Parts: sequence; C-alpha cells; structure tokens
Amino acid sequence: MTRTGAIALEISNLRKRYGQKVAVDDLSLRVNEGEIFGILGPNGAGKTTTVECAEGLRHPDGGTVRVFGIDPYRDRTEARQLVGVQLQESQLPDKITVTEAISLYASFYPRHADTEALLTRLGLTEKRDTRYRKLSGGQKQRLSIALALVGSPRLVVFDELTTGLDPAARREGWRLVKELRDDGVTVLLVTHYADEAERLCDRVALIQSGRVVACGRPDELIDRGSASHATLDDAIVALTTGEAS
Amino acid sequence: MTAITTEPARMPRDSEHRDSGRSAFRNLVSTETKLLVREIVPLLWGVAFPIVLLSIMGGFSHGPDKSLGGLSLVATYEPILIAFTISTFALQGLAPVLAGYRERGILRRLNATPVGAGRLLLAQLTVNMSVTLIATLGILIVGDAGFGVSLPTQPAGFILALVLTSAAMLSLGLLIASLARTARVAGAVGTMIFLPLMFFAGLWVPQATMSAALRRAGDDTPLGAAVSALQHSMAGQWPSASGLAILAGYTVAFGVLAWRLFRWE
Repeated sequence: MTRTGAIALEISNLRKRYGQKVAVDDLSLRVNEGEIFGILGPNGAGKTTTVECAEGLRHPDGGTVRVFGIDPYRDRTEARQLVGVQLQESQLPDKITVTEAISLYASFYPRHADTEALLTRLGLTEKRDTRYRKLSGGQKQRLSIALALVGSPRLVVFDELTTGLDPAARREGWRLVKELRDDGVTVLLVTHYADEAERLCDRVALIQSGRVVACGRPDELIDRGSASHATLDDAIVALTTGEAS
Repeated sequence: MTAITTEPARMPRDSEHRDSGRSAFRNLVSTETKLLVREIVPLLWGVAFPIVLLSIMGGFSHGPDKSLGGLSLVATYEPILIAFTISTFALQGLAPVLAGYRERGILRRLNATPVGAGRLLLAQLTVNMSVTLIATLGILIVGDAGFGVSLPTQPAGFILALVLTSAAMLSLGLLIASLARTARVAGAVGTMIFLPLMFFAGLWVPQATMSAALRRAGDDTPLGAAVSALQHSMAGQWPSASGLAILAGYTVAFGVLAWRLFRWE
C-alpha cells in the first residue's frame, strides 16, 4: 500500500506514565505513508495516549515520535499543519453553527481545504446553519471529521471514529476512510472493534498494557493467532490472553 | 466526489504563518462575539440590568445628598454599576465559558491545531473586555444625558482605574476557571464570590454610608478599591495610589495563580 515509501509516523521506544500508572511502555511502531493503519486493543491499553503523543498533545517521558520526520511536540506548529485529528469526547460550543465551525477551523491552516466541498462530501450542506447542539450524534461526528480534514492533512488520526454510531453511519465512516486513502492521505485509526480493523486496515498494531503485542496485516494476525481462528476478533483474544486453542 | 487533498503539502513560509495566525485570531474573536451575543442572559444581566438600575436610581435621585458625601444617588451608583458590569462578565461570563470549553474538550481540540488554545483564551479576554467597555460607555452616556452625572473629569485616571479593575476581575475569572472542573461549578463559584465583592463595592449599602471599619475593610477588597478609584476620577481627582496598587496587586496575584493552575484538559 505504500506509494512513496515515505514514513508518515515513526514511534520508537515510547514511554509515558501518569503518576504511578504506566500508560505506554516501550512502544514502537511505524506507519507508512498512504496506508490505513489500525491501533487496536482493549480499553486502557494505551491507544489514546500513544496517538496523543503523535498529535503533540502529550510529551513523551521517553523514546521518540516523528511525524513526517518532525517532532510533534517540539515543532508543533509545523507538525499540526500535517496532522488532522478527530478526538474522543471532544465537542464544540452549543451555539456555533456548522458553517461557522468549519470556517473558523479553516482559518487555522495556511493551506486549507475547500470548506464547501468538504460540507458536501460529509453530507452536512443542509445542516450548514444548524447549531451544534441541534445536530444528531452522527452529524456531530461527521462535523468532527470535517474539522479533522479541513487543514488538508497528510495524516489523519481517528480516535474511535465509529463508536456510538448506528450501522449505516459506521459504513459511511468506513467508506470515507477508504476514500481518504485513495486520495493519498495516511489514516491512523484507533479502535477497539476488530471487525472494523479487519475490514479497513492495511496493517494493524495490537496494543496491550502499553506495548505492541502483535503487528502486521489483519490476515497475518489471524494466522498467527491460530489456524482455527476465523476472524481477527478471535485472533486478538488468542494473542492478548495467550489462550491456547 | 471531491478530493480533499491530492497534492503533497509544502511548508508554508513564515509570512503565511503570521497571516494565518492573525486571521485565526480575528476569526476567534468574531466567533466568540457571536457566541456571546447568542447567550441572552449574560447580556441582560451585564449590560441591560445596570443601565435599567441606573435609570431607576436617576428617577429617585434628588440632587446632592449629605449622607452620600455630597453626591447624588445616581452619581454614587454609577461607578458601582460599572464595577457590576465588569464583574458580571469576568466572573459569570469568562469563568464558566472557559471551564466549559475545557470540560467539553474544546481547548484540547484547539491544541491539536496549529493555532493552539492560548489564542482562544486571548480572544475570550478581548471579547469580555470589549463588551465591558461598551457597557461602561453606555452607563456613562445614560448617566450624563439622562441624569446630569457629568462624564469623568479626570479621564486618564478613570481609564487607568477602569483598566486595572478589568484586569483584576478578569484574572480572578481565569483563576476560577483554573480551579473549577465544570462550567456549572465555575458559574456557582463565580456567583458566590461576586456577591460579597459587590457588597464591598457598595451595591446594597453605598460606601459613604458604611461604618468606618467596614469601609476600611472594603478598601482592601478588589471592588471596594475599584469603586473608590472610579468615583474619585469621575469627580476630577486622581485615584489614590494605594487603591490602584491594590488593584494591580490583585491582578498579579490572581494572574500568577491562574497561570500556574490553569489546565487545558
């Protein structure tokens, strides 16, 4: 899937702790430009902390993080022009309209996308003058995706893109992720749904207790789990619990 | 299907950084202004209420009153109502809005953009300060045109007192936003602090009618010092150095604490 052979994100020996609790412990991974890379693991495995270090929102206690060769914490302005993010549990002011939000965020980036085209693409044109509070859950999610894309990023991080969405909206999200890759955008997808990772991702890193326990193509992981494991879901259970079958 | 991005990104030049930073700040200020205007309650409370109260005072005002130190009722209340406006926007506007932005992940989201949430904080301060100035002008104009309270005869001193009062109250608002985890708590704490501060400003009992001990205690509070400084400069005197120093001291103390305690998430 790598078109140019460039590395979009390289994390080496990352460590991060909060007080006594170790969130990420010697984690390394590499995301190639142009691929959809999944970070998969149970709740509290350190997925969000890992991507927050990649987004420059957290300073690692150890190890290095490079986004297209840039340190996202030290050179945050440069890095943040290249990375679009959709964060878990991040909202907008109740009374801001869809158009206002997207125009505001567009003004944060020197090279921003066409906001009209983005609204059309995400099916928000009819909701352009609607206030945030009046949007449905799926519409709010689509708006947060629009804000992640408005800066024309080379890498997009989706943290729990489809959590809480109905099946139709989930499929819509998956379609969008594939289209982004077709446009040459690298996608980092944080999820705890194995079916989502299996369906979408070119490669997956399975994270547990702040470490990568397995990394590879979804079909490789399924084989590695055991020949009898038919889905990635089964393989994950086998790989993370050491359950023999 | 519209492609969102197909061409490789390039690094923007420095001038582009600066331009986009300026336009981002302008957009933040205009968006925050729109959001403030859509909240009808703070505007009623912070702008309409003081002007209505001033007009009522004006209706009952019968010239200079010895018990008010020779000032009319309406002239006594004008600086009190200016302090009221400033405090309303700082304690019940800025503080809960910022705490709510943090609570809802808005500050964190902005920190993931090239602009950063610090600009939003500056935009909030700018908007609150501007609304306060406009409301103050409104109070001064209504007092002058409607009830014969002349405009400040020591304008430089008045502006200095106004700026220091705003600075002290906005940094107190920032401190509340630093300590409170939610918008609701920030709003409640803001109101709890607002009431005693307004007492010493003389909202219920003007300073001139307070006992000497109470007035001395009040002089050391932010709004007690603020109202004295505003009152003196309105009457043509330079505000007392100690009053201005007290306001500056509160600004520094609250500001430093807020700076150290403020969290983006």
